[in-house]
Amino acid sequence: MSRLQAGRRHPVRFSLNGKPCTGEAEPRLLLTDFLRHQIGMTGTHVGCEHGVCGACTVSIDGSPARACLTLAAQVDGCEVRTVESLAPSAGRLGILQAAFKRNHALQCGFCTAGILMSLDCLLRDHPRPDEATIRDFLSGHLCRCTGYAPIIRAALEAAAEMAGDVSRETTHA
Amino acid sequence: MKPAAFDYVRAETLDEALEVLRQEGSDARIIAGGQSLMAMLNMRLARPRTLIDIMRLPELARIDAKGDTIVVGAGVRQAALLAWPELGRSLQLVALALPWTGHAQTRSRGTVCGSIAHADPSAELPLVLQALGGEVHLRSAKRRRRVAAREFFAGMMTTVRAEDELIEAVSFPAAQQRCAFREVARRHGDFAIVAAAAVQTAAGVRLAVGGVADMPVARDFPRLEGSALDEALNAFAYELDARDDVHATARYRRDLVRLIGRDLVREVLP
Ligand code: FES
Ligand code: FES
Repeated sequence: MSRLQAGRRHPVRFSLNGKPCTGEAEPRLLLTDFLRHQIGMTGTHVGCEHGVCGACTVSIDGSPARACLTLAAQVDGCEVRTVESLAPSAGRLGILQAAFKRNHALQCGFCTAGILMSLDCLLRDHPRPDEATIRDFLSGHLCRCTGYAPIIRAALEAAAEMAGDVSRETTHA
Repeated sequence: MKPAAFDYVRAETLDEALEVLRQEGSDARIIAGGQSLMAMLNMRLARPRTLIDIMRLPELARIDAKGDTIVVGAGVRQAALLAWPELGRSLQLVALALPWTGHAQTRSRGTVCGSIAHADPSAELPLVLQALGGEVHLRSAKRRRRVAAREFFAGMMTTVRAEDELIEAVSFPAAQQRCAFREVARRHGDFAIVAAAAVQTAAGVRLAVGGVADMPVARDFPRLEGSALDEALNAFAYELDARDDVHATARYRRDLVRLIGRDLVREVLP
């Protein structure tokens, strides 16, 4: 049994976007704050901080999860992926991101990182989701700008592209 | 907001977790998936001195079929139960209700037992436990006991669990009877304005309703039709003592109990 004492920082180790990540966290530190303030990865956003909006969604061991409802201490030993993992290289966009851009699936972008991570998890498990499945998945996210329709279009387009149904001549990155 | 400070205990055996609970009682809280508790900690509606993480205990992460009973351990996440290949055959009502429990993004971490421990009156899993007549397996350092669902829930987010007890598992009777589930919420996955489940019984039907009273309530009805059924449902709707809140009026909730109730009864007793 290990007891991490309140008010002190304790080591946390996990895999972040495929690389080992070590840091220190008080027991009460949320994963959102660990990522943003300790590691400096600000791609993961914080909206409501109580599990309603989905802005903070990251992938934990392959499943989409609310980083604001997760303690940094809880992911010790886990595999965490954030939106920073989606781009193939600096200055380029991943397939899902490019589809969002083409379809105007983001305006202010506040909700986008979380939605991208949910859809990324979905497409890894179900390469050809139908629209109903995508809508159901998106019910865990709030977007105040787009009205969701372009997000669904982008998700369907990205799914088709990943499954090899369309070959794009140019990817607008 | 951020949680107030607490010690975080990562239990490696169940005995360790029980021992901390014995010593610290109500100052300690069990955390499993944390999908209800973390929100309460962030809003400082709960301020435990110690959190005991039980998710590293493999013995709790099990789904066991024991004869006619399905036992779901405290470490089983909602997504894991939803993905259990036997679910549709053994626990049809759970299979119907689970997709309504939170969202994919919360079911991935939230546990079945955690939702039942939280005892939100509009949550689906307590409702299903109540409708099926399941049991809660409680354990402390000193004893083990099983409590029937109808005795477990004691009021708004309150249960009969003692301060030194944790939920080790919940069990559902593997039901072959006909059953049905329906829910009305503002957004799929949000807490229910009214959720209801019906299960066929020897004499008729059991109807359980969540989101209206302080806890999910189950009632057995004989086989009724036409206006007799409407009257029985109307009386039940009033007994639930619905209240107005920001999501819906008491009257709207009673309406839903009558309408959904009739649909569900007809579905399981065609
Ligand atoms: S910030 Fe986590 S769900 Fe809103
Ligand atoms: S793009 Fe602004 S909230 Fe979704």
